[in-house]
Amino acid sequence: MTILSLETIAIVRRQRLSHARRVTFGLLSALLLACTAAMLLGDFPVPALDVVQSLFSPLTGSANRSVDFIVLQVRLPRLCLALLSGAAFGLSGIIFQTLLRNPLASPDIIGIAHGASAAAVFCIIILGWSGLSVSLGAFAGAMLTALAIYLLAWRNGVTAYRVVLIGIATAAMLSAVISYLFTRARLFEVQQAMAWLVGSLNAARPEDSIVLATMLVLVLPLLLALVRGLDGLELGDDTAYALGTRVEITRLGLMLVGVALAAFATAAVGPVGFVAFVSGPIARRLMGGAGRGVPQAALVGALVMLASDLAAQHALASVQLPTGVVTGGFGAAFLIWLLIASGRSGRVN
Amino acid sequence: MTRNHQLMAAGLHLGYAEREIVTDLNLTVPAGKLTVIVGANACGKSTLLRGLARLLQPSRGAVYLDGKPIHQMPTREVATLLGVLPQSPIAPEAITVADLVGRGRYPHQGWFRRWTSEDDAAVAQALSATDMAAFADRPVDELSGGQRQRVWIAMALAQQTDLLLLDEPTTFLDINHQVEVLDLLTDLVKTGGRTVVVVLHDLNLACRYADHIVAMKSGTIIAEGQPNEIITEAVVHDVFHLTAHILRDPVSNTPLIIPVGRHHVAKVTAR
Amino acid sequence: MLGLPGLAMALLAVAILSLTTGARAIPYDMVWSAFFSFDPAATEHRIIWDLRLPRTLVGLLVGAALGLAGAVLQGATRNPLADPSILGINSGAALFVVVGVAVFGITQLTTYVWLAFIGAGAAMLVVYSIAALGREGATPIKLALAGAAMTAVMQAIINAILLTSPRTLDEVRFWQVGSLAGRSMDIALQVSPFILAGAALAFLTARLLDGLSMGEDVARSLGQRIGLTRGLAGLAAVILAGAAVSAAGPIAFVGLTVPHVARAITGPSYRWILPYSMLMAPILLLGADVVGRVISPPGEVQVGIVTAFLGAPFFIALVRRRKLAAL
Repeated sequence: MTILSLETIAIVRRQRLSHARRVTFGLLSALLLACTAAMLLGDFPVPALDVVQSLFSPLTGSANRSVDFIVLQVRLPRLCLALLSGAAFGLSGIIFQTLLRNPLASPDIIGIAHGASAAAVFCIIILGWSGLSVSLGAFAGAMLTALAIYLLAWRNGVTAYRVVLIGIATAAMLSAVISYLFTRARLFEVQQAMAWLVGSLNAARPEDSIVLATMLVLVLPLLLALVRGLDGLELGDDTAYALGTRVEITRLGLMLVGVALAAFATAAVGPVGFVAFVSGPIARRLMGGAGRGVPQAALVGALVMLASDLAAQHALASVQLPTGVVTGGFGAAFLIWLLIASGRSGRVN
Repeated sequence: MTRNHQLMAAGLHLGYAEREIVTDLNLTVPAGKLTVIVGANACGKSTLLRGLARLLQPSRGAVYLDGKPIHQMPTREVATLLGVLPQSPIAPEAITVADLVGRGRYPHQGWFRRWTSEDDAAVAQALSATDMAAFADRPVDELSGGQRQRVWIAMALAQQTDLLLLDEPTTFLDINHQVEVLDLLTDLVKTGGRTVVVVLHDLNLACRYADHIVAMKSGTIIAEGQPNEIITEAVVHDVFHLTAHILRDPVSNTPLIIPVGRHHVAKVTAR
Repeated sequence: MLGLPGLAMALLAVAILSLTTGARAIPYDMVWSAFFSFDPAATEHRIIWDLRLPRTLVGLLVGAALGLAGAVLQGATRNPLADPSILGINSGAALFVVVGVAVFGITQLTTYVWLAFIGAGAAMLVVYSIAALGREGATPIKLALAGAAMTAVMQAIINAILLTSPRTLDEVRFWQVGSLAGRSMDIALQVSPFILAGAALAFLTARLLDGLSMGEDVARSLGQRIGLTRGLAGLAAVILAGAAVSAAGPIAFVGLTVPHVARAITGPSYRWILPYSMLMAPILLLGADVVGRVISPPGEVQVGIVTAFLGAPFFIALVRRRKLAAL
């Protein structure tokens, strides 16, 4: 029998910690790079120094009003909204994927995004709404759908399997609602609804970021309080109980957090596709077993969102694509690369 | 750690949905001893273990930990006193051995209490005890069934509880590792003063290692006590529907069950 | 228990309903005479032969194909969420149709069939190649992730086209729902060889899927070649799902849920799940189509929509009532 010394296990743990730190640092650096690009790039060229000066203009006083407007009212709000919504989607995705023990079970697969979308399309096509009221409708749709799924899945407690199956059934039904509304509407309304469904940061205003940030700040304490519960829940309900996790209440709380994050982000930018879906698997593969990867998933989400938005704005010279068109492609390409890379080396480390 | 916590079941009924599996069962787990539960498949031994471990809510009756109904105690508090190895735990994708074993430290950590050298020590001790030290940084997915089983045992050990309940911990293990695991559990009892309850399949190993053996059939206890006193040919026949001879184990002087089947019976002995 | 003969009877009943029901109700004796004493001058007879019969046949074929494809995919990937839409088959088909409409101005349903079929095959091929790269080959989890990732890529392209080309959006929004309306006998004939071949292949893999359902190690120890099993099952699924999506558009719900219902009735053996799925799926599809024809006269509701609305509550009730076996 090999006797393992305290030092050895501490070394093993420190190696994993430092790997986790390297991943986090790498993601943060990439984010910083993307942020810099987002502040510097644009149709109206602004020298880097002027951008920095403008950023401090609320303190130092304005030097150039039009530059200040571009930096503070156009680029900064868009950047902040991308970071916040991306992080929210990423967190929501990894919470559901871990909780339901299925990497496919992100909110945009198990019906929550569909709830938001169906509600929004209803608001646009039937009620003729636009703007903030559509966002509120989408938020309500997401929360109501999640509540319905949870209640329908409840029978002496909730099992991951039941939530997933009832979630996809709900998703199918809500997709049918959307399709039905699409075939019954005039083309102009369909186009409007379609634009909302794809999701975009084109209309980002400073208020959006402030509202979303406030909501996230309200939800985060709950997430921090419950996130350790994922450690147990991941090992199956029995083991979770055995380790002293309060299974039902922890799961309900985490689902609530996950739904709220997805719903807030969707209300802000629309159901931008696949950010929630790809962030978790990407973070986990980068971490290579060195932890849950929850904060890393938030970083990946923010990075995917921001990089996609940059590509959407600047890839084609003539048109600005909606962000949602690009996130799918960008996030997916990242994931495919990881799948291939992890296959070659055995595992990502 | 205060020793000798008392675990007992009184008038316990357990079941799933409408099907009752354990009926009106009374059991006092002897403190500071190794208790082994044996019985044929589907006799309710795993269900009883789940009930004792508060993983299953009793339909009637109760399980008491130190005189308090265990299902009404905060589960976190129970987890610092009582560890469980369930039958089919799930290992997350790509998790490493050290990380999984470290999850056993959950009940000892709070919101603000971070990982300490005490936790490291518990993990190191658990890995050494289960002979998994060399695998600390390997992903669990890459291990064999037997190695994986030992990782789960290590996780339960890292929980460092006075009471330890294990459901068939020797399944999937080679004979040498079976003996090692049971030796290890005995160490925990003899030198650590802990109370251990195990569900086992192998009757001979059960007789050798048990301080207290509980024989179950159709959800009730047929016999319990020291193996030397209660394991008789009649009890084996009653529990397993098996004709057997009982000899003395030459190593441990405990009952050694020799099954009599339909073939390869050289000396026909009257029974 | 319904049993296979009971299901076959139910299917026959739904098929007859599908012949008699519609904007113009046709009595049973008229259906009978349309088959056995055809009169080209009778409008009802022409409706039966030109509209209802092709539509019913396409419904039968597509339903059977979707049920089988779903069951085979779930078995091969051992994931209860696996269905043609998750593995990229539907979006591959949709992408090719959208490109065909937007770039080449195609508007013929019979041409859609080929586009969709090629698209479905190409998508599945790419998904499988991505998943198969690397040491451990195409594991279920890599297949599912690769499928979902490819779906994302293709959906992004589809969205980009639909947002920039209103004409394509207008054309495709009806196809994308999934419908049996206006399907001619040509379409039934076009897809039937593929569906028959796919079904045969699916039934060949049933025994292999049973082995796989006990875990890869057990399957391997039973002398199976895992890669071959997955390859055959994948091929069957792509042929079936590709043919189905090409004939009726992407109908997402049938392939996903019917196998779960079948599994709840038959237990875990694919030798039973496959025939049950093959009969139950067209009952759902044709039944939904009949309902869609009468629910909002004078118009029709597309079958893809009705299927989801009929199937989802039933499926949810089933999930709640029974303890559905995990895969």
